[in-house]
Amino acid sequence: MIEAQHLTKIFRDKKRGEIRAVDDISFRAEPGRIYGLLGANGAGKTTTLRLLATLLQPTSGTATVGGFDIVREPEKVRAHVGFLAASTALYGRLTAREMVAYFGRLHGLSESEVNARTKQLADELDMHDFLDRRCEKFSTGMKQKTSIARTLVHDPEVMIFDEPTLGLDVMTARAIVRFVRDCRARGKTVIYSTHIMSEVEKLCDVIGIIHDGKLLAQGTLAELRARYDEQDFEEVFVKAIGAEEAA
Amino acid sequence: MNVRNIVTVYLKELKDTLRDRRALLSMIIIPTFVMPALTFGVGRMAVAVVSKAKEETPTVMILGGEDSPGIVAQFREVKKLKIVPYAADWKQQISDKKVRVAVQIPAGFEARVKAGAADPVIIYDYEGELKSGFAAGEVDKFFRELRDRAVSAQLAARSLPATLVKPFEINRQNVASPEKVGGNLLGGIVPYIIVILCFTGAMYPAMDLTAGEKERGTMETLLCSPVARGDIVLGKFFMVLTGSLSAMLLSLTSMGLSAAAAGMFIGSHARAAAGAARASGGAMPTIDPAGLLGVVGMVLPVAVFFSAIIFTVALFAKSYKEAQSYVGPMIIVVILPAVVGMLPGIDLNARLAVVPILNLSLVCKEMLSGIWHWNYIALIFGSSCLYAVVALWLAVRMFNREAVIFRA
Repeated sequence: MIEAQHLTKIFRDKKRGEIRAVDDISFRAEPGRIYGLLGANGAGKTTTLRLLATLLQPTSGTATVGGFDIVREPEKVRAHVGFLAASTALYGRLTAREMVAYFGRLHGLSESEVNARTKQLADELDMHDFLDRRCEKFSTGMKQKTSIARTLVHDPEVMIFDEPTLGLDVMTARAIVRFVRDCRARGKTVIYSTHIMSEVEKLCDVIGIIHDGKLLAQGTLAELRARYDEQDFEEVFVKAIGAEEAA
Repeated sequence: MNVRNIVTVYLKELKDTLRDRRALLSMIIIPTFVMPALTFGVGRMAVAVVSKAKEETPTVMILGGEDSPGIVAQFREVKKLKIVPYAADWKQQISDKKVRVAVQIPAGFEARVKAGAADPVIIYDYEGELKSGFAAGEVDKFFRELRDRAVSAQLAARSLPATLVKPFEINRQNVASPEKVGGNLLGGIVPYIIVILCFTGAMYPAMDLTAGEKERGTMETLLCSPVARGDIVLGKFFMVLTGSLSAMLLSLTSMGLSAAAAGMFIGSHARAAAGAARASGGAMPTIDPAGLLGVVGMVLPVAVFFSAIIFTVALFAKSYKEAQSYVGPMIIVVILPAVVGMLPGIDLNARLAVVPILNLSLVCKEMLSGIWHWNYIALIFGSSCLYAVVALWLAVRMFNREAVIFRA
């Protein structure tokens, strides 16, 4: 479970002054459901997810992730979260096995647990062919599988995906989408950020539309379509952020 | 602080670094092979250049001397000089290095020498030019001997003993042990090399483990783990320290072995050529192992200080290239106090004992010469530890700053 309450993040920049990257956001993501965070580039999606993953500290407000407070118990939050983003890369000079084992150890697993979990993930993700090869020589698909294994090594109850299909080819992106669905099927709490409408329509049970750091609308696909009286979700999004009126 | 996590991060960084060719180059290959080769190579080259300059028979031009045929004839007999005919552009020829020196023999020189009072002989040379210097030395030696002979002749003519103008000889004899001689000779340069190696050994891993990780996107991956940031810093920091110390220790070992081998080689040749020289007390200079051990001990907190400072500075950079532009110029700040420490006449005192790097340079010079000022050693070790702790605290603090870690 993720529960954000009045989450706010302000960056102070010498040139641009005060930037409210996340502005008083509150929402709830439940186990066995995918919460989609939809927004344009620079809307505040990555900052929100980084706050939930405790990579950043909120300026005000807070959130509980897996029952732990992101301000008071950041290490416990990270122990229960798997974070996968386009920006979370692999160590090129380590093999896939070493990469997974390293993060297993960092999550406090014993050596026998690390070995068992690595084998299990390699079986599930069909990684045996490249498990002992260095990540620097991997194809995009191999990299994504290794990243997923790294994210799942400690079997987290909450999964945070920050635009995980960004820049991927169709087949690799489909594999990621399958994996996200699989997380939902296993009863994990999933939060998924994207700016791609079709992904939202295919994947998300609940959608939050974020713009300029504010959560402007949230609900199920059907609820949002009904609220904005549009079937095309792109139109729903445009109406929600009020872009055309402003233009 | 979780020791298991620190060790996990350290072991991963060690494995990662040992697989990186660039790191191996800066941490192992250069200190083990290149630095000693460079140090001894440059020394050997300098010796070769000087030997070659000494072997050359320099060209000398005589200005005047037509009325001093006897002296000129004697001068022409000097085998180490090659006399060339007079030319009006002799100054230009010296500047062009065609002629090494010119010697001005004043009018009536020979007659006046016999009479007991002559005008000065002037040697024209190219100041700072090695071969011209050697030539000027030979010319100077000829005229000094001529003067001594003239004095002896004058004394003999008056039935006076030669000891009248030279009543005694002056002999110098070394009483310092070979360790102290070696310490004094190398005391300045060894700390200087150690300081540079400690710094350069830490540079590559520090930049790769901070700015390099940010650039490659692995920093964010690592921060997703539940490990406390302080533990991540310590794990990474120990890797940087390993780089710094391994560069220093490998280089010292390699240079020590090279010096020992060179000493044995030179020693055996010297014994064969002039066995009596050693018997008369001309022992080979060596380094006191206790002094060297003391130097290594004093370097430890300085290596911690360097590692933490470079780590902090590199952490601020967004990319490896940016880190290089920050860390590169820092080497000048490090070299300067080390160079000042090499200068003669600068002695350790309470005030200098708290100046970072300079204090290390000065105390190492003393320890290698067998001087152990325990109060200064304690002060320097203590202050270096303090600087190291402050630098490390700064590194942890910087790592906890979002503006630094996610600087875009």
